[in-house]
Amino acid sequence: MKIRYLTIILIILSFASIFVGVSNVSPLDIFQLTEEQAKVLMVSRVPRLLSILIAGMSMSICGLIMQQLSRNKFVSPTTAGTLDSARLGILVSMVLFTSANPFEKMLVSFAFALLGTFAFMKILEKVKFKDAIFIPLIGLMFGNIVSSMSTFIAYRYDLIQNISSWMQGDFSMIMTGNYELMFVSIPILIIAFFYANKFTIAGMGEDFSKNLGLNYRQVVNLGLIIVALVTASVVLAVGMIPFLGLIIPNIVTIYQGDHLKKSLLHTALLGAIFVLICDIIGRIIIYPYEIPISLTVGVIGSGLFIYLLFRRKKYGI
Amino acid sequence: MVDIKNVFKSFNQKKVIEDVSLTIEKGKITSFIGPNGAGKSTLISMVSRLIAKDNGDISIDGKDIMQTKSNELAKKISILKQSNSINLKLTVRELVSFGRFPYSQGKLNDYDWEKVDEAIDYMELRDMQDKFLDQLSGGQRQRAHIAMVIAQDTEYILLDEPLNNLDMRHSVQIMKTLRNLVDELGKTVLIVIHDINFASCYSDNIVALKDGKVVKQGRACDVIDKCVLKDIYDMDIDIKDIDNKRICVYF
Repeated sequence: MKIRYLTIILIILSFASIFVGVSNVSPLDIFQLTEEQAKVLMVSRVPRLLSILIAGMSMSICGLIMQQLSRNKFVSPTTAGTLDSARLGILVSMVLFTSANPFEKMLVSFAFALLGTFAFMKILEKVKFKDAIFIPLIGLMFGNIVSSMSTFIAYRYDLIQNISSWMQGDFSMIMTGNYELMFVSIPILIIAFFYANKFTIAGMGEDFSKNLGLNYRQVVNLGLIIVALVTASVVLAVGMIPFLGLIIPNIVTIYQGDHLKKSLLHTALLGAIFVLICDIIGRIIIYPYEIPISLTVGVIGSGLFIYLLFRRKKYGI
Repeated sequence: MVDIKNVFKSFNQKKVIEDVSLTIEKGKITSFIGPNGAGKSTLISMVSRLIAKDNGDISIDGKDIMQTKSNELAKKISILKQSNSINLKLTVRELVSFGRFPYSQGKLNDYDWEKVDEAIDYMELRDMQDKFLDQLSGGQRQRAHIAMVIAQDTEYILLDEPLNNLDMRHSVQIMKTLRNLVDELGKTVLIVIHDINFASCYSDNIVALKDGKVVKQGRACDVIDKCVLKDIYDMDIDIKDIDNKRICVYF
């Protein structure tokens, strides 16, 4: 698949996404929008599209970076406790600073996500049994422990309903005014592009990096900061989108290889396309109602994930 | 010239290297031999700053390696550890191009690509340069890694058991390449090697280590000696002269 085709698909789907919904806005009206239609577009549809694009791209890239740095194909924000830690962070910020604005919430959530991911990487260093499947299992357990802390705190402070809203990723609540924080991801992803070479080298191990004069620790830390910051902003605005960071990078790697310079853009585009498709399906399947994105992504994603596992077994990689 | 002076290293209170002092000649192949656990790999890892020494001084061409910037050292000295550990899906050409990282920081210019091409041709990898590493055999993968080291274009090249898992044909091929690197390109090569006959036939100097100490160092023909080898390996090894090469018979 070439970048060109991916871009064309993405543009077509983006248009489709803008014109799918309960309020009737047809592509033919685009030059003579009524006031209401214009409002629907500007307040709901376009922000929704933008948030889908950013979430799809950034969560996939986070997964790619994590897989590279941990040297394990099954590590992603979902399977390393990053998402759960980010959620715990949001909860803590709500309990401690009741009037926290979204930006402050994001900072606290970022700190927790960073701490959680860092703890997971430290555990990875200590674990002797480096089986490819074993490590994400540890990550899932770790994530569940963090998650149980969230549930505990939420019970104590009567916030259960509140946290379940981030448990399920959902784009239907996205409107002008409540998603802009996601734009934080864009400059961070651009930095990721500049570091593509360094992440690839770091993925070959500490010795290999040192031999080439690369400051391994610094690059790994930067990678984790990127992952934590992006995850925190996405969880806060949209909620958890499972599997995304796991399957998209793995699919891209199959045909594009592990050189981040070659795979980053593909990962970003394919991630956005995947979330767009899932979102459109979720919007039309029980029209005029909606299925949350985490459900569609979860169903399609876990199917793809099983396929990838079997494929891996077949080719022995 | 690599100068190692009174170097010590221990892991968890266990002494791995004890008071080692060595001088490694420029423009030669120096082999490190010795039984398992003698500290060979640890020693060359310290020379290439992959692990820190506890005590002592190591300098390359008069410059202390701890005082030199990591990126500067990467243009002076390269090390290849056992290469099967990399399981990234990279093409041969991509791997070799990483050898230019110390010079280009990832943005390769024409000169860098020229060096990459040279290295690929030197290791005769041209027709498989776009293949992924996991599609190659062990010998080809090893050659790809050596090509990367050649592209890195350092005066000193350190290799940790480069013949590991290779059959005889590929082993000979690799050793001949190393010989050529020294004879044609004037590199200085340091290798950790288990097969003493390869060490005997292809190296200029040999350093024999045991229990973290230098037992003997000198020209290959001096170290490949019945008494010395008995000392290192605790077994009787017959040495025959065949075509002016000293061959150890230890079976």
